[in-house]
Amino acid sequence: MIAVNHISKTYNGGAVKAVNDVSFTVDQGELFGLIGPDGAGKSSIFRMLTTLLLPDSGTATVNGYNIVTNYQQIRSSVGYMPGRFSLYQDLSIEENLHFFATLFNTTVEENYHLIADIYVQIAPFKKRRAGKLSGGMKQKLALCCALIHKPTVLFLDEPTTGVDPVSRKEFWEVLGRLKRQGITIVVSTPYMDEASLCDRIALIQQGKILSVDTPQRIVAAYPDQLYAVKATDMLRLVQILPAFRPPVNSYLFGEYIHVDALGIDGDALRGDLVRFLAAEGFKGIEVVPISPTIEDCFIKMLTS
Amino acid sequence: MNPEETVIKTANLTKQFGDFVAVNHISFEVYQGEIFGFLGANGAGKTTAMRMLCGLSIPSSGNATIAGFDVYRQTEQIKRQIGYMSQKFSLYEDLTVKENIHFFGGIYGLDNRELKTKSDALIAQLGLQSEAKKLVRELPLGWKQKLAFSVSVLHRPKIVFLDEPTGGVDPVTRRQFWTLIYEAASNGITVFVTTHYMDEAEYCNRVSIMVDGSIEALGTPQQLKTQLNEATMDGVFYQLARGAKREA
Repeated sequence: MIAVNHISKTYNGGAVKAVNDVSFTVDQGELFGLIGPDGAGKSSIFRMLTTLLLPDSGTATVNGYNIVTNYQQIRSSVGYMPGRFSLYQDLSIEENLHFFATLFNTTVEENYHLIADIYVQIAPFKKRRAGKLSGGMKQKLALCCALIHKPTVLFLDEPTTGVDPVSRKEFWEVLGRLKRQGITIVVSTPYMDEASLCDRIALIQQGKILSVDTPQRIVAAYPDQLYAVKATDMLRLVQILPAFRPPVNSYLFGEYIHVDALGIDGDALRGDLVRFLAAEGFKGIEVVPISPTIEDCFIKMLTS
Repeated sequence: MNPEETVIKTANLTKQFGDFVAVNHISFEVYQGEIFGFLGANGAGKTTAMRMLCGLSIPSSGNATIAGFDVYRQTEQIKRQIGYMSQKFSLYEDLTVKENIHFFGGIYGLDNRELKTKSDALIAQLGLQSEAKKLVRELPLGWKQKLAFSVSVLHRPKIVFLDEPTGGVDPVTRRQFWTLIYEAASNGITVFVTTHYMDEAEYCNRVSIMVDGSIEALGTPQQLKTQLNEATMDGVFYQLARGAKREA
């Protein structure tokens, strides 16, 4: 459905390498995630695939259409929800939706089934101007407008940034339903916990793809043993772990500190770590082997 | 943390816009040197509450003192005692690193001699020597956020308010940012922080969770997990916030 071949994009006359030799493919009906922090190049990739920005080099096709030569076909067949709210602030919910349907030569009625379960939540406010809506309602309206022409591919650039965990979960449930209707979805997010909800993900940092695979396989490919460590004085614990020898990689992770064995034999490390911490006077020591999360994998790729 | 000294104290603090009660009788205390997590769903009233605590918005009713100053009558004194940063507004992109430090340090009332020594020390501490004359726009987001935080505590405020300081930051930088927060707290600065990352809730001494304008839970992360019988803070947040009636 989407094929990206070695695309690069620089800004400021080459000073800023926003996207650096990126390649990946997205299959028909797939929910594909671009996972990375702000400034990783996610938005530039979206803007190139939606034909709003020309790559410096490399090629890409969406739905078989070339992003440079067939931009008109792409524009009429994809839906795009940019990271920044981009609807008409002084049109009402209803007017925005009709406007976008008309632009694409269709009607709200014709594709209403696609947006029904999202639209009912904002329908009570349909006369309200978009500029006066809360963040959550703006997001739902933007999604409706991106869907109303029944796109084959939906591009969602950071739809959940700054959104609380409950609303984020609801949004991903909506994406799951759209996927079941056969729409291919490319979504970006800085939240690592959302990665596991995608069929496949690309981990991105500083314009480079670190890894592309299913979340399960990325986690399974983690090369070292990982431990969750806890003791009574967590602040001192995180300060003292860098003194442990042989060196391990340790970092805060919620109520635990994660310790990466860095190639050391896992079982031996566990005993050594417990003895080391006991000798340092820690109480309530817990050292539990765990499976890594996508966030652990990302940290590993950034620090190695 | 010094639980003997209360730096934020609110009693039935309320803000109403017409019929809409944005913040509904919230009462809590924050101690000197504490890292206090102020959580809630979008639209729960966090920003409105924070604006009152910073002396930017006068409450409709209730009481609060910030570093001993009254939120109705002493808003200018409050502003001198606090620092503030958010993900959305932090530094001026078209000023250099050094210019930003001087500008904000000056606003916060540092004199020229203090500005000189503190700005050199800060640039060295963050390892930004070679970037000191670069525009802030050219820095990666993570560095910007670390610099913005350091600038917000340059004048050694009693309290620093951080509004989603780590949104969108990569996982390694996010943890470095929390190291800066810990340092500030261990130097006696009270840290009042909002976040949507539930792992960060675990790094706070205590957290409160706001739902529809009210504080529904307040305690250490461990207390809240025990109280609501959840294994994680994610579970705690979900259990409380999914009952919200207000449209986010």
